[in-house]
Amino acid sequence: MAKKTKKGKITIDRELCKGCYLCISVCPSHLIAVSDKLNQKGYYPAEYMETDSKEKNRKCTGCTMCAITCPDIAIEVYRG
Amino acid sequence: MAKKVFQRPKYLKKAVFHYCPGCGHSIIHRLIAEIIEELDIGEKVIGVPPAGCAVLAYDYFDVDMGESPHGRGAAVATGIKRILPDRIVFSYQGDGDIAAIGTAETIHAANRGENITTIFVNNGVYGMTGGQMAPTTLAGQNSTTTPGGRDVKRDGFPLDLSEMLAIARGSVYIERTAVNSPKNIMRTKRAITKAFKAQMDGLGFSLVEILSPCPTNWKLSSVDACKWVEESMVKTFPLKVIKDEVEGAIS
Ligand code: SF4
Ligand code: SF4
Ligand code: SF4
Repeated sequence: MAKKTKKGKITIDRELCKGCYLCISVCPSHLIAVSDKLNQKGYYPAEYMETDSKEKNRKCTGCTMCAITCPDIAIEVYRG
Repeated sequence: MAKKVFQRPKYLKKAVFHYCPGCGHSIIHRLIAEIIEELDIGEKVIGVPPAGCAVLAYDYFDVDMGESPHGRGAAVATGIKRILPDRIVFSYQGDGDIAAIGTAETIHAANRGENITTIFVNNGVYGMTGGQMAPTTLAGQNSTTTPGGRDVKRDGFPLDLSEMLAIARGSVYIERTAVNSPKNIMRTKRAITKAFKAQMDGLGFSLVEILSPCPTNWKLSSVDACKWVEESMVKTFPLKVIKDEVEGAIS
């Protein structure tokens, strides 16, 4: 059986986000960045940037670390 | 097909938390809601929110809640549990609430071995009122009422409430954790689960003290507040199981 590499992805609800950036500090693959557009609350929300990050070892594994850390439950994680 | 592996837990309403960015309360609320779902006790649990930043907790939890006056969480939870012994009753209290005005009822509830669970959120300040010194403020820590830092000669020492409650003979499980990193968040979840299970098995008083970032009053960024827990707070309040008489006893 071929070894499966874990594949994941996340979504960030930019209106729930309060710009604490804890998710950015814990993502082992550095896949989250700060958006340059304000949300309605006036925060620069976090933004998932998987598509911009094609370097090796920078794939979302669906590890959920970002979501576990997000105080405002703005992140949902998908796997598979 | 991609499978959703993380989402808002069922027992949290779709409300936006009023807590500041990076506040530990938000994380702790989510953990409690996840545990209620996992233990399947949503119809049986009753929460008792405090006065303080978490005073509106009943706006977020989609379970029965009964608000307590400042500091009286253990007494209110005792009353609810004695009338409705088949319910799982938890009080949710900050350090200003439980370790100052609520010290007396908390110690006596623990000593009587009330079969309740207390979630003790320790962020070392009075958060809601603007960051005054709390009993748990660290030696040397700045607060609005200790500019220049808490001087233990003048202001007394930080109170080790959890250790005091461990001496009480009716307490069965007391652990101190933190929510400043994914690892510590998961550890906190295991601790609260264990505390709820101890209550479900009728063993006695259980409490989880959680070191919780308050970036606003600490005047730090959320990321630095998490670091400060690790670098400063745990030196006074080490993360550990303080008392465990439930190991092996819970089903
Ligand atoms: S942890 Fe949550 S609230 Fe904080 S920046 Fe990330 S998505 Fe936003
Ligand atoms: S699930 Fe893991 S790898 Fe994916 S964005 Fe979140 S922290 Fe990064
Ligand atoms: S003042 Fe502190 S404890 Fe209160 S909501 Fe803000 S960060 Fe949280």
